[in-house]
Amino acid sequence: MNVTKIRKDFPVLNREVNGRPLVYFDNAATSQTPTQVINTIVDYYENYNANIHRGVHALSQEATDAYEGARQKIQKHFNAAHPYEVIFTSGTTHAINIISSGYAELLKEGDELIVSALEHHSNIVPWQMLCQKTGALLKVIPMNEDGVLIMDAYDELLSDRTKLVFVNHVSNALGTVNPIEEIINKAHAVGAEVLIDGAQASPHIKADVQALNVDYYVTSAHKICGPTGIGVLYGKEAALNRLPPYQGGGEMIAEVTFEKTTYADLPHKFEAGTPNIAGGIAFGAALDYVNAIGMENIAKYEAELLTYATLALKQIPGLKVYGVAPEKTAVISFNVEGIHPYDIGSILDKLGIAVRTGHHCAQPIMDFYKIPGTVRASFSFYNTFQEIDAMVDAVKKAVQMLQ
Amino acid sequence: METINAAQEEIVEEFSLFDDWMQRYEYMIELGKSLPLIDPQYKTDDNIIKGCQSKVWVHADLEDKKLVFTADSDAIITKGIIAILIRVFSNQHPDAILDADTSFIDKIGLKEHLSPTRANGLVSMIKQLKMYAIAFKTQLN
Repeated sequence: MNVTKIRKDFPVLNREVNGRPLVYFDNAATSQTPTQVINTIVDYYENYNANIHRGVHALSQEATDAYEGARQKIQKHFNAAHPYEVIFTSGTTHAINIISSGYAELLKEGDELIVSALEHHSNIVPWQMLCQKTGALLKVIPMNEDGVLIMDAYDELLSDRTKLVFVNHVSNALGTVNPIEEIINKAHAVGAEVLIDGAQASPHIKADVQALNVDYYVTSAHKICGPTGIGVLYGKEAALNRLPPYQGGGEMIAEVTFEKTTYADLPHKFEAGTPNIAGGIAFGAALDYVNAIGMENIAKYEAELLTYATLALKQIPGLKVYGVAPEKTAVISFNVEGIHPYDIGSILDKLGIAVRTGHHCAQPIMDFYKIPGTVRASFSFYNTFQEIDAMVDAVKKAVQMLQ
Repeated sequence: METINAAQEEIVEEFSLFDDWMQRYEYMIELGKSLPLIDPQYKTDDNIIKGCQSKVWVHADLEDKKLVFTADSDAIITKGIIAILIRVFSNQHPDAILDADTSFIDKIGLKEHLSPTRANGLVSMIKQLKMYAIAFKTQLN
C-alpha cells in the first residue's frame, strides 16, 4: 500500500490549520473524501442531474442507471443476496429509525429488546422511545473494564420473550470489535432478530451479511470515504417485508386512490420522496475506491498505526487508554491523569491536530469508567506514522501546559 | 470601582503583550488560578451551565446593589475563560452587566471560543451571567 500516493487523492490533507499542517485523526466521526468520489458528485450535477425512476427522458434514465448501479455496488460489497435488500437512507440513524418505528407495530407489552453497554446514543434512544410506546423492556449486555461485552450475561438475558437484539459491530468510543457472529446465532436460537450497527466497522472490516446471517445491517457512507447524508439499511427480504413502511410519499407507492394506497415492493417501499441521488452514486464510488486499495490491506495498515500510537502514547506519564479489547479497530480513547479531555483537545487543535473530545455520544460508557469523556484519536489508511509522532509530541506539550 | 469597559480594556492590554497563542493560553490558565471559587455548597447540578463540554458552575450574590460572581470548572482552559468573564462582570450593577458588549473576547485572540456551537460554551457562560443580572435586577426594583 503506497500511502504517499493515496494521500494525493485527498486534497484536504494538504491544508493547514492554525498555521500547521493538518493532522486529521477524527476519522471515526467523518472520514475524508478522495477526489475520485468528489468527481462523481460534480459529474452528476454537471452532466445528468435529473429525477430518477419516473422520467422517460435520457437524463432521468442515466441518473437512474447510476443510482441503481450504486445500489448493486453496495449489494456486492456487503454480499447481500438481492439489490432490493439494499435500502438507501440518509445515514445509520435514519436506518435504525426505520426499523425501530416499524417494530412499534410488531411488539407487545412484555416483549424484550437487548442492547449492549457499548452503544452510540443513536442505537439507544430510538429503542427507549419504542419501549415507552409499546411497553416492551430494554435489557443491556454489560461490559467489563477492558471494554469487552460480558457474553455470559448475554446468555442470561436471552429468552423466548426476546424479539430483537441490536449491537454495534465496532464501538465508536472504544474501538472494540464485538463478537457479532455469536450474538447473532444465539439470538436466532431463541427466535429473535438481530440488527447490527456497522457505522464504525465499515471503514475497517468488510461485513458479509449472508455469511453473518444477520437480519439487518446498517451503516453510513461518510465513515468510508463517501459524502454525508447517505447511508444504507440492509435487511433480509423477509425481514423487510414484515416491517411496515416508514414514511409516506411519492416513490413508495404502487397505486393511490383516496380510499386506499398499496405500497411499492422493496426497496421503494422504504424510499419515499426524491432521494439523495448524487450521494448514492458517490457512496458507490467510495466503495470502488476502498476496494481498489483492498479492505484487507487497509485493515492491516491501520492495525500497524494503532499499535504504534498505543505504544507511543503509553510512554506519557499518567496517560490511560480506555478500551483495551484484544480485537480493536484503529481507535484510541485516552485521558491523562488530572487533565480534562477538553483541555487536551483544545491545545491539540491549536497545534493543527484534529481529535474528538467528550463523551462521543456514548454517555453510558463514560459513566461506567466514571469519567467526563476522553480524547479520541481515530486513524484511517491515509494517516502516517509521522502524523502519530506529531500527535504524541502535541499531547506532551499540552500536558506540560496543563499540569 | 472601574467600569466594565475599563476592565475589558485592561484585559485586552494584558493579552496584547503576547505574540502567540501559546502564551495567551498560558496566561489564561494563570488567570484561571485566581478565579474567585464558588462555595462548595453551591456546586450543584442546578448551577452547571448547560452547553459546555466541561462542567462550569456559577453562583451570584448581591452585595450593595452589585453582583458578585463565584465559579469553578473541571477543565483548566474553561476555568480561565470564566475567570476572565467574572473579572469583567463581577462587582457591577445588574444594568451595567445587561448592557455590556463582549466584543473584547475577539480582541484577546479567543475568537474561536465565540462560536455558539463551540463545545466550551463561552456564549452560554455570558448568557448565564446576564440571566443572573436579570434575576437580581427584579429584586432591586
